Amino acid sequence: MIYENDEPLSDSDHLLSVLAINDALPGSPLLVAAVEFVAHLSGALFWEQERLLVVSDLHLEKGSSFATRGVLLPPYDTQATLARLATVVAHYDPRIVIALGDSFHDRDAHERLSAADRDALAALQAPRDWIWISGNHDPALPSDLGGVVATEVALGGIVFRHEPTGEVGEIAGHLHPKARVSTRGRSMERRCFASDGERAVMPAFGAYAGGLSIRDRAFARIFSTDFVAHVLGDSRMHAIAASRCC
Amino acid sequence: MLLIAPTGAGKTLAGFLPTLVELSCPPSPARGEGSKSRALHTLYISPLKALAVDIARNLEAPIAEMELPIRVETRTGDTPVSRRQRQRRYPPDILLTTPEQMALLLASDDAPFLFSSLRRVVLDELHALVTSKRGDLLSLALARLWRLAPRMRTIGLSATVAEPESLARFLVPQRGEANAADIVTAGGAAAPVVEMLDTRERLPWAGHSARHALGEVYDLIKRNRTALVFVNTRSQAEMLFQDLWRINDDGLAIALHHGSLDVAQRRKVEQAMTAGRLRGVVCTSSLDLGVDWGDVDLVINIGAPKGSSRLMQRIGRANHRLDEASRAVLVPANRFEVLECRVAIDAVNENAQDTPPLRSGALDVLAQHVLGCACGEPFHADRLYDEVRTAAPYANLTRADFDNVIDFVATGGYALKTYERFARIRQDKDGRWRVANPRVRQSYRLNVGTIVEEAMLKVKLVRSRHRGSGSTGTIARGGRMLGEIEEYFIEGLVAGDTFVFGGEIVRYEALVEDQVYVSRANDDHPKVPSYMGGKFPLSTYLAERVRNLLDDKRAWNGLPDQVREWLSLQASFSRVPHAREMIVETFPRAGKHYLVCYPFEGRLAHQTLGMLLTRRLERMRARPLGFVANEYALAIWMLGDASSMIRHARLDLDALFDPDMLGDDLEAWLAESALMKRTFRSCAIISGLIARRFTGEEKSRRQVLFSTDLVYDVLRKHQPDHVLLRAARADAATGLLDIRRLSDMLARIKGRITHKPLDHISPLAVPVMLEIGREAVYGEASDELLAEAAEDLVREAMER
Repeated sequence: MIYENDEPLSDSDHLLSVLAINDALPGSPLLVAAVEFVAHLSGALFWEQERLLVVSDLHLEKGSSFATRGVLLPPYDTQATLARLATVVAHYDPRIVIALGDSFHDRDAHERLSAADRDALAALQAPRDWIWISGNHDPALPSDLGGVVATEVALGGIVFRHEPTGEVGEIAGHLHPKARVSTRGRSMERRCFASDGERAVMPAFGAYAGGLSIRDRAFARIFSTDFVAHVLGDSRMHAIAASRCC
Repeated sequence: MLLIAPTGAGKTLAGFLPTLVELSCPPSPARGEGSKSRALHTLYISPLKALAVDIARNLEAPIAEMELPIRVETRTGDTPVSRRQRQRRYPPDILLTTPEQMALLLASDDAPFLFSSLRRVVLDELHALVTSKRGDLLSLALARLWRLAPRMRTIGLSATVAEPESLARFLVPQRGEANAADIVTAGGAAAPVVEMLDTRERLPWAGHSARHALGEVYDLIKRNRTALVFVNTRSQAEMLFQDLWRINDDGLAIALHHGSLDVAQRRKVEQAMTAGRLRGVVCTSSLDLGVDWGDVDLVINIGAPKGSSRLMQRIGRANHRLDEASRAVLVPANRFEVLECRVAIDAVNENAQDTPPLRSGALDVLAQHVLGCACGEPFHADRLYDEVRTAAPYANLTRADFDNVIDFVATGGYALKTYERFARIRQDKDGRWRVANPRVRQSYRLNVGTIVEEAMLKVKLVRSRHRGSGSTGTIARGGRMLGEIEEYFIEGLVAGDTFVFGGEIVRYEALVEDQVYVSRANDDHPKVPSYMGGKFPLSTYLAERVRNLLDDKRAWNGLPDQVREWLSLQASFSRVPHAREMIVETFPRAGKHYLVCYPFEGRLAHQTLGMLLTRRLERMRARPLGFVANEYALAIWMLGDASSMIRHARLDLDALFDPDMLGDDLEAWLAESALMKRTFRSCAIISGLIARRFTGEEKSRRQVLFSTDLVYDVLRKHQPDHVLLRAARADAATGLLDIRRLSDMLARIKGRITHKPLDHISPLAVPVMLEIGREAVYGEASDELLAEAAEDLVREAMER
């Protein structure tokens, strides 16, 4: 077991670190087409030079979306997601925030935002530029939400869009990558960034966003060679070869 | 009335006698006016649909012989819709059904019509039903029947139980004070003859396979007409079945039966069994209950008996006749199990029962019932509250809890009331609750019931794809269905891993949707053992008897030589615990330090204890690295020198084992515990928050399943007192985490901990130490490695 500053690792972090190429605390460097980003434990991606923060697949109001169909999930997901977003925004104090699509779980989701959540969102947006990239769940976003709406954004050789195409320099979301690792009969599953150094797929940020295994065929179509899963642990990031995941 | 009788006493027929008498002497008041208008007279409810079908057959024979004008029908999940509809309009005199079908019948508009004539309810295998949430569901159905059919009387049929009085309360409405049914106990059954296999082989120190006694077990099967061989887990059944066939030189007809085999395959075994074509059946608790499988003349129980009542019910499977003694042989798989078998035999001879006490009703089941009520006639909350409390498990339900449940069923019960417009039940202008729309009723019908199985995946046998093609190779679809397997087991596998399933060794190929593709493997030995300890931990009662046995040196004479020597060595090298004390041994080994304690409270409680102790040891800077638990002991290893820390008062054992660990430490651990998340998931499903089965086109489970783990995390943070979390915590007290038992144990040993600092491992510690890293070694090699490791450890333990 690895001890750092006498701080014990959680069970999960211990298990993940067994397979990791590299552990980092709490953000790990992630290279996309020679631009260095920081993959943060929260699931956000930060570009230091541009002071640009990216979060993907917030799926706000997913709980109430299920409720309209009779599944009364706890209605706290939006609050939880925005609170986590506020923490990471406060940490980096970015100049620009990009929400990489599927920010809202359905077309009417923004109408169901509570007043408190609406205010929390507005407070995050106020002192900075805010870009909503549209996704398949939220193809049309209303203008009263603040920020600007775009289908994609290109900046310094990097392109931000919702659905990955596999283009070099692309940062996308949509797939909700998660990694499952197993050793010695124990097994666990966590959200992760997937990247091969030329492009990256971001984990879903939303509290109720599920995941897709990085061993799914969808990822093989984007990454031709072996790629790395930057797995979100409890207290640190773990870079694990995708081929080691199951 | 509660009728208690051992298996084979004919209690089922006895339960129907009042019914047959009433129905055969016209003019019976039960028929209502005019004997032409048929009405339901008796309901029979059993835990197994196979049992209902079986009883119907047994009942029809005497009815036909006596030429009685009585119509008997069954109603189970398999009954065609047309017949179900007919049963509502033209009910039979006697209807045989299950608790789930009962709930469905009650959740309809015509329930008052159907049940108003009801005179008798016969509840079979009541002892088995009341220990689970199905019992809660059944109790709520009874409460409803007491209101719909005031003239109804209940007859409970049960095997012998520890507390018949509390079972008797289940059968009559509770009104303020505790009412109980009359109890009739049938005695006079021949006492069973139970012995322990006196093996000629060396008794293993650890493990659960009892492979050492394989030849002897085979001989027992050979020397008897038909033997039932009980094991505690599915994988043990698989393994033993394979091993028996490997040495089956006489070609004896030996079959396999367990709950995850394909239904068709199980039916085949059952038919062969009834026809007397089998010599042996290796089975799990799937054969524990009622149904008569014909002439079994010997029960062989492999491994730990776990509980005295459980063992007696298994033994009752042999020789279904009252006047002949059932015969059983217990085969302990290791030395500790010898102690357990010894005290279990004593308990059987004294007819001492250890069935668990009656449950208090679960809130998630109540939620399901409330929704069911709203699907029938609209209800007033006040009246339903009074009705529900007539059910024994809910007699002490508070109004606040009840209102919480109503609130949950209506809008989810969230402090943030945002779901009013999506409510599932609503109050009409008279204040009565009714379902908000037909979709809710449909979903209730599809999801009724309290049995939440582990998420299961179908296992299909396909041809192996070429090696080395990686994860992109295509697999031939189709293939033969082998059965079902727990999802969490598959999640631990990597493609290419081999394991035993359906009596053969298979290779895991891929998971597609909800199907696991496997191919036939050429390996002789599976790579991954699917051993998960049994579902049922060692009973508190047997555990206490084992502690007493250890404390009583004279009683050691009744033990095999190998075991007696083992205990004597322990006494001289370390210490054998007194009945009420707990020994903690600490010793160094291979650069690490070990702490081994012996609470004897079952693996589940020990695992919880291990999680909590390692957290505390971490805080005390003892640097724990891991732990392992078995039914009797817990071993923790660490970098810190435990002996020296205790000697220098840097580690206080009384503080370490202080019951206050069940406060904040427990809460913190529950936040991330996978077991807790599984517990929560089943509460979410039973309560109706998440559906198991869907209507219409939403077919694929994986597409519609919402991860309850995400709900758990969010709810825990934002509304920790939510009714579902409270239901899950109540389950954790007795279920997978066994917290109540742990809490009782901590209270018992407080101030009674004896520390033995040792310079090496003790004889008593060898079995639990052998469990370390078990999952890392596989198959036959594992046995060799284990034997080798055992020899090393034993040599060390025997050193003076």
